Amino acid sequence: MGVSAVPSRDHLGWGRNLRAEHRVSRPATPQAAAACAAAPGGTRLAHGLGRSYGDVALNPDGALIETRGLDRFLRFDPATGILDAEAGVALAEVLAVLARPEAGGGGWFLPVTPGTRFVTLGGAVANDVHGKNHHRTGSFGRHVLSLDLARSDGRVMTCSPQENAGLFAATIGGLGLTGLILRLRLAMMRVEGLAMEAEDIAFGSLAGYFALAAESEQSWDYTAAWVDCLATGEALGRGIFSRARHAAGQGAAPPPTAPRRRLPATPPLSMVNGLSLRAFNAAYRRRLGSSGRSHAVGGYEKVLYPLDAIGGWNRLYGPRGFHQFQGVVPPADAPAVVAELLREIARSGQGSPLVVLKGFGDLPSPGMLSFPREGTTLALDFPARGPDTLRLLARLEAITVEARGRLYPAKDSVMTAETFRSGYPAAGAFAEWIDPAFSSGFARRVGLRP
Amino acid sequence: MSPRVAILGGTSAIAVAVARRYADRKARLVLVGRDLAALEREQADLLVRGAEQVVLQQADFADLAALPEAAQAAWTAFGGLDLTLVAYGSLPEQAECAASAEAAAAALALNFNSPALLLGELANRFEAQRAGVIAAISSVAGDRGRQSNYVYGAAKGGLQRFLEGLRHRLHPAGVAVLDIRPGFVSTPMTAHLPQGGPLWATPEKVAGDILAAIDRRKAVLYTPWFWRFILLIVRSLPRPIFHRSKL
Ligand SMILES: Cc1cc2nc3c(=O)[nH]c(=O)nc-3n(C[C@H](O)[C@H](O)[C@H](O)COP(=O)(O)OP(=O)(O)OC[C@H]3O[C@@H](n4cnc5c(N)ncnc54)[C@H](O)[C@@H]3O)c2cc1C
Ligand SMILES: NC(=O)c1ccc[n+]([C@@H]2O[C@H](COP(=O)([O-])OP(=O)(O)OC[C@H]3O[C@@H](n4cnc5c(N)ncnc54)[C@H](OP(=O)(O)O)[C@@H]3O)[C@@H](O)[C@H]2O)c1
Repeated sequence: MGVSAVPSRDHLGWGRNLRAEHRVSRPATPQAAAACAAAPGGTRLAHGLGRSYGDVALNPDGALIETRGLDRFLRFDPATGILDAEAGVALAEVLAVLARPEAGGGGWFLPVTPGTRFVTLGGAVANDVHGKNHHRTGSFGRHVLSLDLARSDGRVMTCSPQENAGLFAATIGGLGLTGLILRLRLAMMRVEGLAMEAEDIAFGSLAGYFALAAESEQSWDYTAAWVDCLATGEALGRGIFSRARHAAGQGAAPPPTAPRRRLPATPPLSMVNGLSLRAFNAAYRRRLGSSGRSHAVGGYEKVLYPLDAIGGWNRLYGPRGFHQFQGVVPPADAPAVVAELLREIARSGQGSPLVVLKGFGDLPSPGMLSFPREGTTLALDFPARGPDTLRLLARLEAITVEARGRLYPAKDSVMTAETFRSGYPAAGAFAEWIDPAFSSGFARRVGLRP
Repeated sequence: MSPRVAILGGTSAIAVAVARRYADRKARLVLVGRDLAALEREQADLLVRGAEQVVLQQADFADLAALPEAAQAAWTAFGGLDLTLVAYGSLPEQAECAASAEAAAAALALNFNSPALLLGELANRFEAQRAGVIAAISSVAGDRGRQSNYVYGAAKGGLQRFLEGLRHRLHPAGVAVLDIRPGFVSTPMTAHLPQGGPLWATPEKVAGDILAAIDRRKAVLYTPWFWRFILLIVRSLPRPIFHRSKL
């Protein structure tokens, strides 16, 4: 079952600051995909929907195995909520097919979803992704019951916490380096209402954020905050706290499996600059009016996937693309460290409207290289403006490392090998599980692969 | 009532995308193809996606003698059909067809004789039933003979003429006949070509257009839509200019 590999320059990270040349194959069946994983030749890497910002899903000058052809549901048991599916199925498709409201409004829902539904199941495993409900359900890998992994020696290994447990722990959050995930078994989450009750609350300072986060953890399933990255002094860290929970008894139809609109072309210059940022942040902050609050009940698309409304929004940053910084720091020092990060960003005048501040709970992540750990995570985009941007990113990286935090490989395009080692002490043990024929730009950058 | 749909060439990527949309409408589906294991994978998927029932039948469409039986089996699976979609086909190497009469004959048979004979068998039943939609995938390649793929193009062009005649005949019986003409679609058939760029569409996009055309009982569908205009130009290029092109 030969699948031809075609040379292509079409693959770039979501941040669009790195384009690479690959030989690309698009297997349509698990058998063909396993054959691609075991084909002779140079290094290879799985590529899902390419929603990772940097180079974890790129393998410059090597081979990419696109997994979108592995998009079949295999079985769903509506009594237990257990789903068997191929690894290229998108979360949007899982929602469209399985999250249909039942008579009482309840139904089956994704236990964990990132801020976009256009990622594959395999990609969600390989980055052990987290959602706004991390304090409730932990990372994605906690809900994966088992998976089938194709290795370059031709074997297909079934891995679970019971069977091949070491390889399972390495593959969850394993950045695609342990082989190609063909299929997996996921435990869906039962909810009493697919619709959501959502509240937005303005806060005037970083202390306000931490107070709201503590207050909301108990009774709200989903929490995250937007921060005005230009604010300084007393107002440092001001923003809007968003919290939501499933509304018992109320159904909601799944959102579409493709974006509602698309950005038609890449503008010649970044639309995100000092001027537009100032205007946006000012307007966004005033959105809640004098009460500083809003309350609504409705579908979950606006709560969980606001960015998915416009396809290709990442092109707004123009031809040079952008970087995302995302780090997590331990809880004890979080208020001080986040303040330092925000001061650094405000001083630089760089930044963008896309800022997320969120608390991670203490549920352990099952992967050896999983990013989520207890503490506070800050994520924000920066238009790529050359050396200034790289200097700022290096500064934020240093602050995070000093606070014993770590950066998220799915978002990163700059971290050093030392930063990676310090944030991921299990990296040495992980290396034992890497498939010798798999590699990525990221793996080579941080020294996981030669 | 849940619609009864027969897909001939049930593992074609375009057909699978169409079948998923019918599964979403809780249809009853018959999938016919030569690779039973592959059909079983689609069956499992379609059942999770909401299909009420999925019946599988094995047939090699290159075996012309077996076509009447295949048509009969598909027709009787649910006691009649609301829709049939003929989706199988092959994209031969033009150079190989030019060099070998055997290769050309196989390509012509699979892309013209076979669907024409199969549709003929089904048409008689649809006519007697006096309802339903017959759809088949031809190609924009059937619109004008071009040096780069005129054997495939001739078969697809022949299929277009056949569908046109069938439409004429079945009109009084209230049976619609849809001729589907896709442009470049990213499927296993085209996996050896460099894909990407504005001319390439996904099977999902094409399937959306196909369902809309079936629902509206259209006669001819170019998908995506801009191919109608591209082919208008290609067809009307004066011969001296056309002959200088590499199309
Ligand atoms: C708008 C937006 C919001 C986001 N929000 C969040 C968020 O809230 N939380 C979060 O955690 N992440 C978030 N992300 C990041 C995203 O969830 C991850 O990058 C995710 O892994 C992307 O999945 P993908 O299918 O696009 O995989 P890709 O980006 O294509 O690949 C990601 C990694 O998975 C590997 N991989 C893919 N498929 C397989 C397979 N079958 N077998 C083995 N390895 C495989 C690849 O090799 C690569 O290492 C966000 C991204 C965007 C664009
Ligand atoms: N892709 C394009 O760009 C494009 C453009 C215009 C028109 N089309 C037409 O669209 C239709 C569907 O093609 P596709 O793009 O979806 O490609 P595809 O996925 O490769 O589908 C081709 C199908 O034909 C089947 N088939 C071939 N020979 C057969 C035989 N002897 N007996 C039974 N089944 C046979 C294949 O079955 P197996 O799985 O058993 O091999 C497969 O299901 C074809 O008619 C094609 O000509 C495609």
